[in-house]
Amino acid sequence: MTVGLFIPCYINQLYPQVGIATLELLEKLNVDVVYPSGQTCCGQPMANSGYENESVGTCQNFVENFKDFDYIVTPSGSCAYHVKKHYNILEQTPNVTKVRNNVHELCEFIVNVLKVTNIGAYFPYKVGIHKSCHGLRGLRLGSCSELVGDHYSYIEDLLKEVSDIELMPLQRADECCGFGGTFAVAEEAVSVKMGKDKIKDHLESGVEVITATDTSCLMHLEGLINRNKQPLKVMHVAEILNTNLTKLKSD
Amino acid sequence: MSHPKLASLFNQNEARVDWHDKALWFVRHKRDLATHQVKGWEALRDLGHHIKAHTLSNLDNYLIEFEKNALENGIQVHWAANGDEHNKIVHQILEENQAKKIVKSKSMLTEECHLNPFLEAKAIEVIDTDLGERIVQLAKEPPSHIVLPAIHKNRHEVDALFQEHLNTQPCDGDPQYLTHEARKHLREKFIKADAAITGVNFAIAETGGFVVCTNEGNADMGAHIAPVHIACMGIEKLIPKQEHLGVFLRLLARSATGQPITTYSSHFKRPAKGHKMHIVIVDNGRSEQLGRPDFRASLHCIRCGACMNTCPIYRRSGGHSYDATIPGPIGSILSPGKDLTKHSSLPFASTLCGSCSDVCPVKIDIHSQLYKWRQIITQNTKQPFIKKKSMVFMGKLFTKPTQFARIGKIARWSLRYLPKSIINARPNIWGKSRDLPNGPKQSFDEWYKERTKK
Repeated sequence: MTVGLFIPCYINQLYPQVGIATLELLEKLNVDVVYPSGQTCCGQPMANSGYENESVGTCQNFVENFKDFDYIVTPSGSCAYHVKKHYNILEQTPNVTKVRNNVHELCEFIVNVLKVTNIGAYFPYKVGIHKSCHGLRGLRLGSCSELVGDHYSYIEDLLKEVSDIELMPLQRADECCGFGGTFAVAEEAVSVKMGKDKIKDHLESGVEVITATDTSCLMHLEGLINRNKQPLKVMHVAEILNTNLTKLKSD
Repeated sequence: MSHPKLASLFNQNEARVDWHDKALWFVRHKRDLATHQVKGWEALRDLGHHIKAHTLSNLDNYLIEFEKNALENGIQVHWAANGDEHNKIVHQILEENQAKKIVKSKSMLTEECHLNPFLEAKAIEVIDTDLGERIVQLAKEPPSHIVLPAIHKNRHEVDALFQEHLNTQPCDGDPQYLTHEARKHLREKFIKADAAITGVNFAIAETGGFVVCTNEGNADMGAHIAPVHIACMGIEKLIPKQEHLGVFLRLLARSATGQPITTYSSHFKRPAKGHKMHIVIVDNGRSEQLGRPDFRASLHCIRCGACMNTCPIYRRSGGHSYDATIPGPIGSILSPGKDLTKHSSLPFASTLCGSCSDVCPVKIDIHSQLYKWRQIITQNTKQPFIKKKSMVFMGKLFTKPTQFARIGKIARWSLRYLPKSIINARPNIWGKSRDLPNGPKQSFDEWYKERTKK
């Protein structure tokens, strides 16, 4: 199985460690990973701001880079959702349809395609899961508190198997953090307030590390945590899952 | 004023934001508890969605059927193309009946048409009889929520308001005393009313009757005592059959407040002996919205307010920040259809988190419609110069991987070496309350290429 690794633009530039963890994790799960070097962005920053038409070239570049892969994996629910949901603006050629069908968020790929949940990671900390909205309500990476149905969550499936981790409950398990792309700037006051409230929920639950399927939410929360010097760290779920993989092999 | 400006004013008092947020989250939580007890809740939502979609697709026929049956029941039916016509019709009915004192139960439609100021200018007294509506009426404010119109006011503010307008005693915001006084005040108004105006929650085509849902019984008090009852409804309030009420009444109150059903679900079918009953059916932009395939489903709305209670932005910006008759997520997809320029900031007052679409009892794809309005707004209204230029720039940049890498390198270098005082200075709005990440030396791309070389 060959996987095309999609590293979102801001992870590429600002959080390379998340991309590295994703790549290492997939390789350690015996996946043949290729990183197409012409990739840039999925087009979401422009499209969500109302400039869908300006994003067409970006989307075409994405399709061009990933059209030959049966699986496209990305450490971002939000970008995967964008490709799936909003690439209807492109002419629906076989390549476009293929790319839209084949894009997977990392956790969902590991659980549903690789059918693995125990990766043998070791992470002795109290962790709060931030369920990023586009992954949750867009890709349905887990059950949503608004809907009536059985509980499930791919990120929980994976984190539950991590040795010595303690997953902390939250008062509002799946409320938005307030990032929202350009919303974070256009609606600065509300965005900041949402972030502060989210952090408070984690702190009150005794969380030491906030994790998520999306680094964009974490960037927003980290910005507030650092400014306000709060005792919290943020880590993408790939970074947690990629810790101490050798422990499994030595067992 | 735009939504972000009004929202940032609301956020100047953080304690108030916290209180507003918690009050509405409590309602959302009650909604969750109620809906999770219903087996087949999601199927019920589906059914509600499809009944509404079917009705809207055949609206012309159902409207004709409704009118015919209502007329046979002895109800007088009037048609209004817009708010102005609606107001004139209502006024004419009142004039014909020499009605000077009016009691009105909750109706977002009459808010939308600005009926109260219209009638007041003609020396007609209009008293809103829903307690929350009466509170905002005394405060000379519009409702901030469609189900909980005075949710932005605390009991101490109500205390002060009642002292000023109803001559009540100071009571330290005692809710029992205040509601008791409101009841006395309103009973007096009910008894003396010449006519009663109500909204309509559901109008049933096959019977020509309609249903009004309240928790306070104020619609009944008004309509049963006054000799004239005028019910005002938007064309989208129709449902085909009486049996469909079972779907919508189950959905409505659970979604709105977490109650199994509203305290009063009052069925009106024909005027009582010696009384008159009128229905004013209003379009006011609805046909136009019906003609927009992407936004048609917004007319499914049964006005439960669940999308407001769940919206993390609404809870932290208050209903008045939307400056529209219907605030919150549903208002943000309805209002641009009425005045694109005035309401151009509303579809952006969202993170597109999707919670609104998931609580919606009739499954309106609210967040998808917000996204679609955004595309229309940037093409049809004036946009901030910097936003437009940066989006065009980014759109081009992302088609050129080498250039993207080069710009990325400069950005990372700046984040790494420039002092925070420069990075976080204006116009960096992000940096007002948040740090930016430290720029890493290598991008992933650079790291990967270096690794491959080894």
